[in-house]
Amino acid sequence: MTMPYYASPEQLMRDRSEYARKGISRGRSVAVVTYADGVLFIAENPSSTLHKVGELYDRIGFAAVGRYSEFESLRVAGVRLADVRGYSYNRRDVTGRVIANAYAQTLGEIFTQQMKPYEVELCVAEVGETPEADQLFRLTFDGSIVDEPDFVVMGGQAEAVTGHLREHFLPGMELAEALKVGVQALSAVSPATGGANGGSPALLTAEQLEVAVLDRRRPKRAFRRVVGAALRSLLDSGKAAVGAEEEPTHTAAHAPSAPAPGTPAGLGEPSAPDTGGTAGGGQHPPTTT
Amino acid sequence: MNESSAGRSGFPPAYLDRVGSSFTDFLAAAAPDLLPGRRPHPQLPVGDLTPHGTTIVSVAYDRGVLMGGDRRATMGNLISSRDIEKVYPADAWSVIGIAGAAGIAIEMVRLYQVELEHYEKIEGLTLSLDGKANRLAQMIRGNLGAALQGLAVVPLFAGYDLDAAPGASPGRIFSYDVTGGNYEERGYAAVGSGSLFARSSLKKTWRSGLSGDAATRSLLEALYDAADDDSATGGPDPVRKLYPIVYRVDAEGSVRLTDDEVAAVTDTIIAERAAADGQG
Repeated sequence: MTMPYYASPEQLMRDRSEYARKGISRGRSVAVVTYADGVLFIAENPSSTLHKVGELYDRIGFAAVGRYSEFESLRVAGVRLADVRGYSYNRRDVTGRVIANAYAQTLGEIFTQQMKPYEVELCVAEVGETPEADQLFRLTFDGSIVDEPDFVVMGGQAEAVTGHLREHFLPGMELAEALKVGVQALSAVSPATGGANGGSPALLTAEQLEVAVLDRRRPKRAFRRVVGAALRSLLDSGKAAVGAEEEPTHTAAHAPSAPAPGTPAGLGEPSAPDTGGTAGGGQHPPTTT
Repeated sequence: MNESSAGRSGFPPAYLDRVGSSFTDFLAAAAPDLLPGRRPHPQLPVGDLTPHGTTIVSVAYDRGVLMGGDRRATMGNLISSRDIEKVYPADAWSVIGIAGAAGIAIEMVRLYQVELEHYEKIEGLTLSLDGKANRLAQMIRGNLGAALQGLAVVPLFAGYDLDAAPGASPGRIFSYDVTGGNYEERGYAAVGSGSLFARSSLKKTWRSGLSGDAATRSLLEALYDAADDDSATGGPDPVRKLYPIVYRVDAEGSVRLTDDEVAAVTDTIIAERAAADGQG
């Protein structure tokens, strides 16, 4: 007679947590940072097609680290939930909290009931009318949900990146400045820049980054990817801001409204309609204060 | 909402299935009661019990396409609305106008807008213009049963083709019939009860390669002519400041012309016709 295999529940949960943590820590990091006009997503992601950051609804964005196939199916589920709710009630009735709750329930259920937990960590970000109304929810593999102020960092080197951001983050930064701070924090720990080995790391380049914003000034769909020339010029203007810090005359230029020549319509100009915006997005001028 | 919708217990299995990028297909699996074509059809003709929207006109011009609609909805011999909107943006690069049973039409437009946006979010790409036109045809096809009971919906679809071959006109127009037949139109098209008069008018005023302003005038003149001869089509209403709704789709995306812009052109048309003893 064979003895049935027994493991205590504590042991099972510990093993699963460790398994999920290991999987997540192998991946590159993602930072979600609030800035004056919304929420900025920065992911270290050399692929330009397998996104870690995506749009869920008008004012809601999604970022994830871990196993792509797993967080991609969660992203799709989030888009579906948002669209079904928006269709059967009203667009205003879709909130980040509802989607984050559904993620928490689903992740918790998978963690306790399935052999293999999801190796993912998610962030659901919602941009409000004012910076105070912005919300960042961080969800972990076991279904815990935390409402974080200011910024969320996920992935392999989350601790180190969080430490770096905590030192340099200021509420109400302009976009270029927030991007600079975020990219520096990610570069400091990235193996791609030599930051993991100590010393002064090079900064991640536009090709190694996936950047997107939820811009509260856009009329309907706030999510916008910052790619190509627009991203390069934004990164450059962030660098310029570093050099200009010694000059007292420096005024932080808000970069996204200055697209580089040759930038396709919709990349760079926040009020320009693009596929990530609403129809006729150009008819309402952005309300900058 | 039913037990298949996501709520306190997380996502139901259908939400996590990788079944595709279509919102309509997803609803058919997860919440079929939300789809227009799934309800039992009325057993009797009920066409006179619901408001009907009337004339929609679309006109291509050198850099894109325009679509406009009058503001009247009728219920039998009554005017049920003077300020209904029958032209909507479908997404950033296309517009849709609807004639027929207003309730079903508006529901269909909402579903279609979500369908296009849903695809965009899931795939990270916009559907091609032909893809969008086909998708709409499938939705109309699903409404055939209701159409036979007097609840027909006939849309007009127009958009800016981002993949247009060099030299080809980027503004394209698609018309439909109640069975979901999908026809690409050359230059201009009209649907609804006043479409006969609108088309006759366009035949005389439309030329290929019109400028945006000339096309706007041509379109508004066609709507004026439709209202002139069709009782179910509303003319411009300067007393209540109600003017036709006109959308323009060009390389910049779709934009609704302001009431002032439309009013200026309409007033010119009225003044010219008044000066010509009512002949236009």
